[in-house]
Amino acid sequence: MHDDAASQESKSAELIPHLFRTEWRKMTSVLCRRFGIAQLDLAEDIVSEVFLSALESWSYNGLPPNPTAWLYAVAKNKALNRVRRDRIFHDRVQPFVEELKNEETSFDVDFSPIHAENSQLRMLFVICDPALPLLSQQSLALRVLCGFGLDEISTALLCSVEAASKRLLRAKELLRQQQPDLEFSIEEAVHSRLEAVLSSLYLLFSEGYHSDTHERVIREELCGEAMRLCSLLLAHPLCNQASTKALYALMCFQASRFAARQSSDGEIILYDQQDRSTWDAHLISEGARLLHEARGGEVLSRYHIEAAIAFQYTQAEDNAEKWQNVLSLYDLLLQQHPSIIAATNRCYALSKVKGTATAYQVLTQLPGEEDLYYQLLCADLCAEDNAQQRKSHLEKALQLCKREKDKLRIQARLQ
Amino acid sequence: MKEYMLIFRHQDGQAVASPEQIQVWMQQTMDWIAGIAAQDKFVRGMGLPFADARVVHWDKSVTNGPFGDIKETIGGAVVVRAESVDEAVEFAKGCPVLQGEGNTVEVRCLASNDGVH
Repeated sequence: MHDDAASQESKSAELIPHLFRTEWRKMTSVLCRRFGIAQLDLAEDIVSEVFLSALESWSYNGLPPNPTAWLYAVAKNKALNRVRRDRIFHDRVQPFVEELKNEETSFDVDFSPIHAENSQLRMLFVICDPALPLLSQQSLALRVLCGFGLDEISTALLCSVEAASKRLLRAKELLRQQQPDLEFSIEEAVHSRLEAVLSSLYLLFSEGYHSDTHERVIREELCGEAMRLCSLLLAHPLCNQASTKALYALMCFQASRFAARQSSDGEIILYDQQDRSTWDAHLISEGARLLHEARGGEVLSRYHIEAAIAFQYTQAEDNAEKWQNVLSLYDLLLQQHPSIIAATNRCYALSKVKGTATAYQVLTQLPGEEDLYYQLLCADLCAEDNAQQRKSHLEKALQLCKREKDKLRIQARLQ
Repeated sequence: MKEYMLIFRHQDGQAVASPEQIQVWMQQTMDWIAGIAAQDKFVRGMGLPFADARVVHWDKSVTNGPFGDIKETIGGAVVVRAESVDEAVEFAKGCPVLQGEGNTVEVRCLASNDGVH
């Protein structure tokens, strides 16, 4: 017995991190594709049961030789059992059950990597339906495609568990009403919905990247999930379009500064003060490769421009050319996709090219008073000798700031 | 040295958890068992899945279950070797099941067929 337990311990140490989470999305997507989108709850129930079985069995008996194959086999059996015994299911999906009666022995669920990946891709297209409110899309994506629990979703999207739960229920109800077919043509879906999918992923990533209330772990996890979903698109020949590549490049560049932009105590470190040796060179080169591939097409998406800006930021060397490039890119971005955030960020580049006085003047004409970053940038750009002005910006920043660590930092600057 | 069974009772055996949480629970359970096994005092353990669970009633009727009609369910058990019930209780105190509010671990001595019990 002692030996068994010892080998069990050594095996558990090899337990692949996030094994459950990676398998959750595959099994849910595949089962949902098998049973239809209206049975999303059923698919989730089956997968939950599979994991509870694993908990009951693996904890005491040790890991099976091939944990993934074990999960798939149990999922298949549970799916078959549910189909056999569930009368409600029988009523709802009559034709499917009829078919099953004839060839019950041939019941199969395909968990092969290609099928699992394709099923997740289809699920992504179905979830990123512009008819669904964005927060519902994000909640669904986090639940079904990222395996987040309700409490994790509520932390990630900054809402109560009840609100997250309601949002999920409503989103599922909408899907049930619309009953989209998961066997759609990817080619048509790319045509009609790729842009919406990219936009949802962009916003999911931004939620993780820009939110100033999140702890670092949650931020990185959100961004990581957005990147992983985007890489599902990259891996598909029809979805692998120039704007997809540009979006992924943008994510790479921004994610490359994760370690650098927060101190070990959790304080935000502004760009100028970051230790540039901690920027992730691998991510930067991956992004550069994709951005290069994305160029030369007919489309110049906002992701192209934003990725090009983000690329400039990854260049450690500060020189006039770098900031002139950034400034021109911001001008282009603002022409095509005007936003306060972009206009605010442009002022930072402007200060590098035209000096802080000019940049401050432009910045204070923007309507951004309610933004923490805006106030901090104002404080940085306002004249050295105008202590009163600086103080007033820092005080506003302090009011807007939500994280204790950052409040302390601003208070320190006020004294 | 006697053998004791530690029986886990859950308030809600069907609570839906995220895969991440289940993975954490599993790791904690494995660590807990490994701690007992390291002292050569772990005998065996068993999970009790809800799938295909049945309750046979006094009139020989059989129902699916135990769902719905009772609040508390048995989720599993382990058998440990211990010098005394107090030592077994110490093992039980480390059980991850107790992180769930309202859950209990019942400690029972196994009859040893030596005439004492």
